Amino acid sequence: MNPETKTTGGFEPKIVAFVCNWCTYLGADLAGTNRLEYPANVRIVRLPCTGRVDFNLLVKAFEVGADAVLVSGCHPGDCHYAAGNFHARRRWGLFRELLDTLGVDSRRVHFSWISAAEGAKFQKLVTEIVEKTRELGPYEDYKAIVAEK
Amino acid sequence: MENQLRNAIRKLLEEKTVDVAIGYGRVGVGGAVGAVFVTDPSEVDRLVWNAECRQNLAVHLSRPEVKALGKPAIVVKGCDARAVVVLANEGQIDRENVVVVGVVCEGIQGADASGVATGTLLDKCVTCVEHAAQNVDILIGDAAKAAELDAANAPNAKTAGKQAKLAALLQKTPEERFQYWRDEFSRCVRCHACRQSCPLCYCNRCVADKNRPTRIDTSATLKGNFAWNILRAFHLAGRCVGCGACSAACPAGIDLDLLNLTLANAADEQFGYVAGKELGAAPLIGTYAENDKEEFIR
Ligand code: SF4
Ligand code: SF4
Ligand code: FES
Repeated sequence: MNPETKTTGGFEPKIVAFVCNWCTYLGADLAGTNRLEYPANVRIVRLPCTGRVDFNLLVKAFEVGADAVLVSGCHPGDCHYAAGNFHARRRWGLFRELLDTLGVDSRRVHFSWISAAEGAKFQKLVTEIVEKTRELGPYEDYKAIVAEK
Repeated sequence: MENQLRNAIRKLLEEKTVDVAIGYGRVGVGGAVGAVFVTDPSEVDRLVWNAECRQNLAVHLSRPEVKALGKPAIVVKGCDARAVVVLANEGQIDRENVVVVGVVCEGIQGADASGVATGTLLDKCVTCVEHAAQNVDILIGDAAKAAELDAANAPNAKTAGKQAKLAALLQKTPEERFQYWRDEFSRCVRCHACRQSCPLCYCNRCVADKNRPTRIDTSATLKGNFAWNILRAFHLAGRCVGCGACSAACPAGIDLDLLNLTLANAADEQFGYVAGKELGAAPLIGTYAENDKEEFIR
């Protein structure tokens, strides 16, 4: 385990990473087999393709207590289903604008392309996201609307 | 113009070009304007056209009970006409099998709580540059007048009306914006009137109604209201034509147009796409370009 995540008592952000089966999941796996340590704060949800990442899943992640979300898949041109990530990219571009108008904290919503060979990129990115989210603190705004009946 | 409209519809019905005409009539409480379905040519006098024709009648085109009436003619304003285009582009109607009767619209007025016209134009009309409905089969009214009105609005089309309201919201900090929506959505009663009034929310079974598993809270919890309103808005990304039917229908007075407009602006800015502008256009979501912008992706 990464030494930073061992601290007890402090805030440990929950990060939900929606990754595609064919690239980023394998990238994360490679990080593991290469013993590249990354914080245990990341919960990986494996989906067939970024094209399958319904925006409702991101909303759901915040509903169940995520402090940040990451969506990651194959680089453009490398999608296992040829174009799933192209479709996803277009949706995200629009969805980000909606979140912005709603005032959802954009610093907590991340997108990346990580290939099966990029274990190191996965490690670096999630470590960065965890650090950044730790600085931001818990996503109180969203937790508050979840708590309200 | 009203007579012109009635005559055109009478002809369509008499010649059996259509089986039913969907238009406006004074059918509501106190003579409020709503939808009428005229099948008999002798009844075309029920049709009206005035500044209180607020509804977007295109919502009826995909309803099975209306489809059962046979081939329709439909009366549309400029904004509503774009919804008909989207319905056709998405395969929900056979455009050949609908007679679209466009009207030259000089703007629609808001209504007070008791339904009386306020004399003030709706926000959408202040920025409207389609006073003459496009992609129609018959146009009723003075096209030259429409062009004049379009020209008058054009300079402020991107800044006045709802655009100004959205710009003001975006001036606030994200925290303030979140608080704003928190206040707004806390009034949502989840009646789904926004969905029912929308010509483009035509799914037989809405994901919001699914309960195996439940995707979003079905009762009006604040968390569910956020999820619902995010869902409703985003399912219309690249599709909403800005007719404002949802906001007008909302009993809680939530300004849903601000969400729709956000996405319409994004579609235009990022992809040069305006929903319902062009018959035969491919849907924005469902297609892609290899060079779509991605500076936000790491
Ligand atoms: S937006 Fe244009 S076409 Fe639609 S009601 Fe207003 S003036 Fe008429
Ligand atoms: S019409 Fe208004 S109150 Fe009803 S579900 Fe839609 S947003 Fe909520
Ligand atoms: S399979 Fe990885 S993005 Fe489509």
